[in-house]
Amino acid sequence: MKNEQSLHISGAEAVIRCLLAEGADLIYGYPGGAIMPIYDELYKFSDQLRHVLTRHEQGATHAAQGYARTSGKVGVAIATSGPGATNLVTGIADAQIDSTPMVCITGQVASHLLGSDAFQETDIIGISTPVTKWNHQITKASEIPQIMAKAFYIARSGRPGPVLIDITKDAQFEFFDFAYEKCKGVRSYQPVPVLDMAQVNEAAAAINAAKQPMIVWGQGVILGEAEEEFKAFVESSGIPSVWTILGLSALPTAHPLNMGMVGMHGNYGPNLLTNECDVLIAIGMRFDDRVTGNLATYAKQAKVVHLEIDPAEISKNVHADYPILGNCKESLLALTKLVQHKPLKEWKGRFAAHMETEYETVIKDDKFPTKGGLTMGEAIVAINKYTGGDAVIVTDVGQHQMITCRYAEFIRSKSNVTSGGLGTMGFALPAAIGAKMGAEDRHVVAVIGDGGYQMTIQELGTIFQTRAAVKIVVLNNDYLGMVRQWQQLFFDKRYASTEMTNPDFVMIAKGYSIDAQRVTERTQLDAAVKEMIASDKPYFLEVCVEKEANVFPMIPTGASVSDIRLQ
Amino acid sequence: MSETTRYTISIYTENNIGLLNRISAIFLKRHINFLSFSTSQSEIPDVFRFIIVVKMTDSGVKRIVQQIEKQVDVIKAFYHTDEETIFQESALYKVKSSYLFEERQIQNIIKDSHANIVTVSPEFFVIEKTGFRHETDKLREDLAPYGLLQFVRSGRISITKSTMGISEILNNFNNQNNV
Repeated sequence: MKNEQSLHISGAEAVIRCLLAEGADLIYGYPGGAIMPIYDELYKFSDQLRHVLTRHEQGATHAAQGYARTSGKVGVAIATSGPGATNLVTGIADAQIDSTPMVCITGQVASHLLGSDAFQETDIIGISTPVTKWNHQITKASEIPQIMAKAFYIARSGRPGPVLIDITKDAQFEFFDFAYEKCKGVRSYQPVPVLDMAQVNEAAAAINAAKQPMIVWGQGVILGEAEEEFKAFVESSGIPSVWTILGLSALPTAHPLNMGMVGMHGNYGPNLLTNECDVLIAIGMRFDDRVTGNLATYAKQAKVVHLEIDPAEISKNVHADYPILGNCKESLLALTKLVQHKPLKEWKGRFAAHMETEYETVIKDDKFPTKGGLTMGEAIVAINKYTGGDAVIVTDVGQHQMITCRYAEFIRSKSNVTSGGLGTMGFALPAAIGAKMGAEDRHVVAVIGDGGYQMTIQELGTIFQTRAAVKIVVLNNDYLGMVRQWQQLFFDKRYASTEMTNPDFVMIAKGYSIDAQRVTERTQLDAAVKEMIASDKPYFLEVCVEKEANVFPMIPTGASVSDIRLQ
Repeated sequence: MSETTRYTISIYTENNIGLLNRISAIFLKRHINFLSFSTSQSEIPDVFRFIIVVKMTDSGVKRIVQQIEKQVDVIKAFYHTDEETIFQESALYKVKSSYLFEERQIQNIIKDSHANIVTVSPEFFVIEKTGFRHETDKLREDLAPYGLLQFVRSGRISITKSTMGISEILNNFNNQNNV
């Protein structure tokens, strides 16, 4: 084989060699006219770089996201120009708001046709600009190595995010002398702010003076691979800790200082006590409105410590009295050395008391119902039982997502894959395929509503073709349940276009040769989940749940976290 | 809620296609209009400078500058009040040449306004005036009775009284990456 330094190759081959150099061994995509030279090279390199053909480009992005979330690597999605490229946009927007490292490669019409409204020409750079961390159009093969290196560097460094590279067809065909060098830095971009010990010292003093401190952690702990440092900080300070939906699984569910979830359908105590704590320590989270409710009444009594890698998040929504910029892996280590342990017995007791109230009024009937239809909660309990909390749980968006995140148990990190910020229905099925390929040795259970499932149901074809052993649980209530819940509570039960007449999901799964069964009775549930988890193949389980059940607790839109309703 | 002020946002950037789109999208998303916009080469080779004038609240402009600075191709972004900058705008005025000779008053207007005559042809002449908005506006109003054929004004260009330290940022980067 020729020396890499002196390879005279096509732009298309260069793209493949760049992907390999960046450690990509698996990419998701869909071919088409303007990307054909790259697909031709994928064919030649199929022993080194696996390509998974999804059934829609949106599926390719979500699969790449799922892969990135469980493997910690950069997800890669590839598509042709025009509709291929525009179909990526939802996944890119999802990755942007949930900080998922992803590189998308799109084909583009030949450079002499740019701007001529050529067949399948679309301005994907213009379209994707607001939803990418960075994007770039390549019109010359010689640009490929440097731009691809920069794309991966930007996608994975600092606060991760999606990058889109658009490559004209002539640049894919063009031959040039290829040499690859990894990107070590971009002069206009500082991915990780330098830790300022003065900020750490001030924050530590505030934390040490606190009588009722509370930690809220987010995905930054997982993205920073700071789970150990985080656990050490929690344990050595003894501070009760609560999580945002994307922070879930960074600390085991059973950890004595894990007090539950904040936000619209979070736990009762964490929400109420947000407005009673005296120091709020936010770690790798961004105070999304689904977490804060009404900002005017959010944690006004508290001093806010904010550990964050992205300077633009400091005081964006909630004023940070003590910002600590940097990767929390580093800042938590520094902070832990300075923070004293406190028993906080009475304060922690208040979390426990609120949890007892919530258990009696909500959780008991959700998880262990004795009458009425099947609940979503009891399905999650059965999944916990047979996976031992060691599964990757992938969720879509809606009632089932909130119930699953509330009740699923986790013993290790990178186990919760969901669409948080964008709330993308249709995310779960393709994301689960990627999640499984990013964590081959683990159980991957996708819990999906009947609405979201049908938004990307075509990806059953991808499962059929790849035999990815994804376990699919559709919690079917024949409604777009979350919207229906809001219609019931805030629109006088006018169920406008939320009732769904659904097909026979079991028959559809069987059409793709996926083992499938439907559960309609409580007595069948346990055995069905057991069989599903025991299977080493893809499996589909439909659980027909109570049609008009609601998710509680709930903070109505625009209300304060202290106005959380238990029923 | 709180009062809005006129701010000049200065952005030092790489010269990359599409960056203007990326920056304007940040304003679009928040429904904020530019009062003025200009871009040019800066004091550093290969580094461009955007000058955007907006009316915003103090907290709003702070947050938007954070979002701008977050963009990969942006080296640094600043915001300043009018008092913190030296700023000017340029305007061009096209007038029929016959007036220059028929209306003596025009010559006085030009002289009093310290405007320059850029070009004179048998059909028209063009005057240039650089200054504050009220100065270029006054000249426009003064010339209006004489049939202004064309009027155009540039976006604000501004220089800050404080130092920007862009070279230091770039030098630091180069030093770190040469080790």
